[in-house]
Amino acid sequence: MNKELAVAALEYGTVIDHIPSSALFKCVELLGLEACPSAVTIGNNLPSRHLGTKGIIKVADTVFAPEVINRIAIVAPTAVVNVIKDYEVVEKNRVQLPDEVVGLVKCTNPKCVSCHEPMATRFNVVSREPVTLKCRYCEHEYAGDKIVLR
Amino acid sequence: MKTQSIVSIDNLSKQEILDLLRDAEWFEQHPNHKILDGKVIATLFFEPSTRTRLSFETAVNRLGGRVIGFSDPAATSTSKGETLKDTIKMVSNYVDLIIMRHYLEGAAQYATEVTEVPVINAGDGAHQHPSQTMLDLYSIYKTQGRLDDITVTMVGDLKYGRTVHSLLQALSHFRVKFRFIACDELRMPREFISFCEQHGIDYEETTEFSPATISDTDILYMTRVQRERFADLSEYERVKDLYNLNNAMLAGTRENLRILHPLPRVNEIHVDVDDNPKAYYFQQAKNGLFARQAMICKCLGINPKDAASK
Repeated sequence: MNKELAVAALEYGTVIDHIPSSALFKCVELLGLEACPSAVTIGNNLPSRHLGTKGIIKVADTVFAPEVINRIAIVAPTAVVNVIKDYEVVEKNRVQLPDEVVGLVKCTNPKCVSCHEPMATRFNVVSREPVTLKCRYCEHEYAGDKIVLR
Repeated sequence: MKTQSIVSIDNLSKQEILDLLRDAEWFEQHPNHKILDGKVIATLFFEPSTRTRLSFETAVNRLGGRVIGFSDPAATSTSKGETLKDTIKMVSNYVDLIIMRHYLEGAAQYATEVTEVPVINAGDGAHQHPSQTMLDLYSIYKTQGRLDDITVTMVGDLKYGRTVHSLLQALSHFRVKFRFIACDELRMPREFISFCEQHGIDYEETTEFSPATISDTDILYMTRVQRERFADLSEYERVKDLYNLNNAMLAGTRENLRILHPLPRVNEIHVDVDDNPKAYYFQQAKNGLFARQAMICKCLGINPKDAASK
């Protein structure tokens, strides 16, 4: 009921649904919403049949480029993106993790070159379920809460 | 002339490894051809490693190339805060090949991304050291005459020892049976056991190092058990002498058995083994020269036999 209301209330924009509650604020960070000038509505700990509880992000007047929206697949691979036009859902897609994650995640191996040089971190996605990232430089692997955002 | 970098032993296919071994064999017969005449090669050692640096520099000098570089980063702009990227870009203006050792893991991979000049990784922290692996492979190939259908027993620190991990990966191209001998604290990590299972590699694990567990082996690869690897020092005291080899243990072993060690050794191989013909660790280090000559030529896109005949 809440979800329908939230989607219906938006004339144009994006609704991101099915975000695990624990990942909601990481998604806000990954999308850079702090600096977003549009109306942003964030809901968390809403009931979900699949996830137990979930988060929702609603951003008015904004449609994200795929390379931006897919960033959140690192922490919320279950998230579904709804594009709204004239109060209708015109597009509905699950986020897709790219093969490589650049500049978003930190390698926490203190001996990794990426922690010491002014350079972008690079991780290869070695598993999508569960999400597992491998540092291109030191080859350490990270999954679950070991994945730390930069 | 196609150049390429070698950052990890994984960069090399089975065929490339075999080609390098044949080139190393050729260099052993012809170590002094001037096929690098006119080439300038940098050896950038951001952490000291006299053994590896001398081996690489000898390899270049014997082939007629010139070497520039440093063995002590304290004397370079790195100590003034220059980034690795800037150092690599600056040196790239002058040389045909960069051979680098660095204390940070992934440094050589990063270097390949900021320069067009080929890079050989001469060790990046505890991560990769492909020329050590190539000299290990060449030593096995040379002493056994093949890399297939052999039994390799690895002893000591199998948890932190990067040489055993890289050698295991490189030998996965061949039909090799492994025995891993280590105490529980230093046993082969789960990821490498999984690697064996995924690649159908025959292996067994044991904590017992005795004449019985080495009697059927062709290569005995010894490593050093280091005190600083133990959280519990009483555990170190318990195991420190269990993985030491002495000459008496070699009595019932195969004639073709050879003992390898990446050096330096401390007390894991007793000096009474040194005079046994099965001791091979000093020749193994010498083989590094030929393996490195082969790697240098490969990275520069030079076929040594063709270049020498011109």
